[in-house]
Amino acid sequence: MRSVIATAAFVASLLAGAAAAQAQQAAPIPGSVLAATCSGCHGPAGRSVAEIPPINGRTEQQLLSAMLDFKNDRRPATVMNRHAKGFSDDELAAIAREISANWR
Amino acid sequence: MTRTKLTRRAFTGSLLATSALSACAVQTAPAKAHVVVIGGGFGGATAAKFIRLEDPGIAVTLIEPKSEFVTCPFSNYVIAGFKQIGEITHNYNALTGTHGVRHVRDIAVAIDPATKTVRTGSGQSIRYDKLVVSPGIDIRWGAIEGYTEAAAEILPHAWQGGAQTLLLRRQLEAMPDGGVVALALPGNPYRCPPGPYERISVIAHYLKTTKPRSKILALDAKDAFSKQPLFQDGWNALYPGMIEWVPLNKDGRITQVIANERTLVSEFGQRHRAAVVNVVPPQFASKIARDAGLANPDGGSAGWCPVDPITFESTRIKDIHVIGDASIAGAMPKSGFAANSQGKFVAKAIAAALNGRPAFAPVYANTCYSLLAPDYGISVADIYRATPQGIVAVQGAGGVSPRTPADAAQFRHLEATYTRGWYSSATREIWGT
Repeated sequence: MRSVIATAAFVASLLAGAAAAQAQQAAPIPGSVLAATCSGCHGPAGRSVAEIPPINGRTEQQLLSAMLDFKNDRRPATVMNRHAKGFSDDELAAIAREISANWR
Repeated sequence: MTRTKLTRRAFTGSLLATSALSACAVQTAPAKAHVVVIGGGFGGATAAKFIRLEDPGIAVTLIEPKSEFVTCPFSNYVIAGFKQIGEITHNYNALTGTHGVRHVRDIAVAIDPATKTVRTGSGQSIRYDKLVVSPGIDIRWGAIEGYTEAAAEILPHAWQGGAQTLLLRRQLEAMPDGGVVALALPGNPYRCPPGPYERISVIAHYLKTTKPRSKILALDAKDAFSKQPLFQDGWNALYPGMIEWVPLNKDGRITQVIANERTLVSEFGQRHRAAVVNVVPPQFASKIARDAGLANPDGGSAGWCPVDPITFESTRIKDIHVIGDASIAGAMPKSGFAANSQGKFVAKAIAAALNGRPAFAPVYANTCYSLLAPDYGISVADIYRATPQGIVAVQGAGGVSPRTPADAAQFRHLEATYTRGWYSSATREIWGT
């Protein structure tokens, strides 16, 4: 069962990687564009006041490692694992840069 | 007065007939362009705010008749009695006060693309350089025989937040224990795909806790629905024996209502009489969009508005962008989250165009949370990219909550918590300070 899940996750990551690679043949998408929907749940400037964790005031490295861990199912998640798989590693890095630099 | 006239002349001509703007116009530099937004819901209010954030040099006018907006998301919880209507009601004070959006409290009745003007119910004529149309849905009155506006006062739809929400709530409160609540549910597409099934769930929660001998009969024009296994698992666990769901292939499609008898009539003539009847009827893009020629006139997507997947500009009329439930957004559902996401990207696309910058590739997102009980939440999420084939969900990402997580109770609890967190964050972003 474990190997089935691992295989499924591996195939999923290949597919996600392919889709992301395809999308990236054009110019890289700026972090400000990629990060625009994050505030839908995490609140304006990432300052969630409700039960969803705020994401402002974190370092680039904290944000990136969290998102990579979500993407690779190394960190428990409800929905962030499903979101993170929609982006390439470079795109997650751009999101982390944008939020750490501009979301206060 | 003379000064006002001069100032107006100095405007690019795009802001004619905008008397309320003059106080602002006298004091500040002329706007480089004027964007008009029709509709102050999840899509329109987001677009209005984010255009101002993208470029404060762009003047934005929101045409919205209401002074307060009652959201459709979370209205199921008002119907079920664990939220008050005041908790889902939002105003435009931050949009006008903090973000400098002009709110014209009037209804848009006509769009003239030739002169680039919007005419309002009171006869104002408002010129635009770019127009965002985010009017939401209208009910297709008469698509179900006998389902008229008068019938909806007896058999509420409650698919637009406000008076209809409260009407359905009152009917449930008045219903004696042991009654049947019947719902007639539409075929695709319609606003909020999981919404009817969340409604079934939270009505069941209300009945279980207050009128436990009651039943729910859901008559559906479809054979499958959003997050179906998760909903049905939850119904079996939380409300065993209370909910009967009848799909299309079991004669679930309702084609007629007899309002004064609270009766639903199926395609093959079965009659279902119930104590409370909720009709979630067929829908289409709101009137202003259809009258303007923004909607497809025929075919499978008749009544909905085709758009460019990158800019949400109408493929039928230039310089008009249609977002939210009225648009055909490829794989994106008609949800408040999706409209919020589209509002941000249409703001970027419009600001880029008005500043002569090239368009960019948007990456849209959606998360639709549903509660099956106040402490039991599920979700479906996706990331979307604009491709030559339209807006498509990224393969290998997104999807629904796991059906059998390791600690199911904790998982459903967390997602119920995040359901409330999403609403709080999204509504604060759109209507808050």
